[in-house]
Amino acid sequence: MDKIAVTCEEASLDAKVDPRFGRAAGFLIVDPDTMEFEYIDNGSTQGMAQGAGIQAAENIANSGAKILLTGNVGPKAFQGLDAAGIKIGQNLDSGTVRQAIEKFKAGDVDFASSHNKTGHWK
Amino acid sequence: MKIAIASGKGGTGKTTVSSSLLSVWESPVIAMDLDVEEPNLHLFVKPTFTGKRTANMEIPKVDDALCSKCGKCGELCQFKAISLMGEILMIFPEMCHGCGGCIAICPEGALTTEFRELGEVTWGQSGDVEFLMGRLRVGEAMSPPLMKVVKEKLKEMLDASSKDVIPKDVIIDAPPGVSCPAINAVMDSDIILLVTEPTPFGFYDMKLAHESFSPMGKPMGVIVNRAGLGNAEVYDYCAEKKLEIMAEIPYDRQIAETYAKGSVISESSDEMKQIFISLAKKIKQKTGSRKSQGGMP
Repeated sequence: MDKIAVTCEEASLDAKVDPRFGRAAGFLIVDPDTMEFEYIDNGSTQGMAQGAGIQAAENIANSGAKILLTGNVGPKAFQGLDAAGIKIGQNLDSGTVRQAIEKFKAGDVDFASSHNKTGHWK
Repeated sequence: MKIAIASGKGGTGKTTVSSSLLSVWESPVIAMDLDVEEPNLHLFVKPTFTGKRTANMEIPKVDDALCSKCGKCGELCQFKAISLMGEILMIFPEMCHGCGGCIAICPEGALTTEFRELGEVTWGQSGDVEFLMGRLRVGEAMSPPLMKVVKEKLKEMLDASSKDVIPKDVIIDAPPGVSCPAINAVMDSDIILLVTEPTPFGFYDMKLAHESFSPMGKPMGVIVNRAGLGNAEVYDYCAEKKLEIMAEIPYDRQIAETYAKGSVISESSDEMKQIFISLAKKIKQKTGSRKSQGGMP
């Protein structure tokens, strides 16, 4: 099964899903079969004056993950992820990383066809 | 000599002061509105416009046949205006600051230029005053690149009159604020005048502007508009920081009425005119003394 990237507040499967994509604290890249994961810190992206969504999309594209589970995705990030062929599950920030993955495995995640936040959270 | 009229807080009277100062300025002068997001000096100076040009910024365009997807451009770009997303090179034109770095670094020569429109530069004449302004395109986020094009036109105007016996002065109507646009508007000036009002809000923003502009080491002075209302904080701060209060414009119904009609307040009464003649003299003294002390070119 393809690797799944999940935005997270800490490097743990039991961490809360970070609602922000571009300025997420970090990403867990999870193998859904074994639940083994790798953590990518996103701290340097959080501090960018502009382009955090694009940078984060680049980070996910480079991680090898083909699926992203997160809360909110802005327009440029969405465009970038879409170009890189990454499927996006949004509005999954109510629980933990583990719960988001279980929800996905159960077939309860619909992939988004557009961003769910406009630029600058308008 | 270039005189920048700045403020920090919006609505303190930058344009009122600029238009009045222009009206009493004796030497040949160019009025330059660098508040390109919402220029309105022309509403008071009422120039006849004689020319305009569109200001563009160079942004990258990729030839996918030549691009080797090395990603060097995206690594260089500080603004993520260009980014290698997996196998696709994406360009976000509105994010680009126009530095040209990506085009210079591309090893395949796959990047060429196209343009993003920044806005318009227009110029004209009002009596003896030459007039110049920029107007940012609606939707454009960056004003400093447009201000650069306005300043290029200013240079042309100054070069065209470089053989004149009396060199032209420039009065700059700056945008409010203390970030890039405001800094860009005042950075080439010989003196910065901070227009404020004696209220807690006027004081707070004047202090920010004073702190932001101080590292440039230029002479600065304060003009208190709507003098007579509010409190003493502005005066106390100026005394403490040895900032000269170069003019006070009284808080007065007659002035508000003149302004509301789009008229220039220094032309409304002899008393008003004297305030600005005195201000013009003080500006010349302040910049003149700097030249003799600091050996400015």
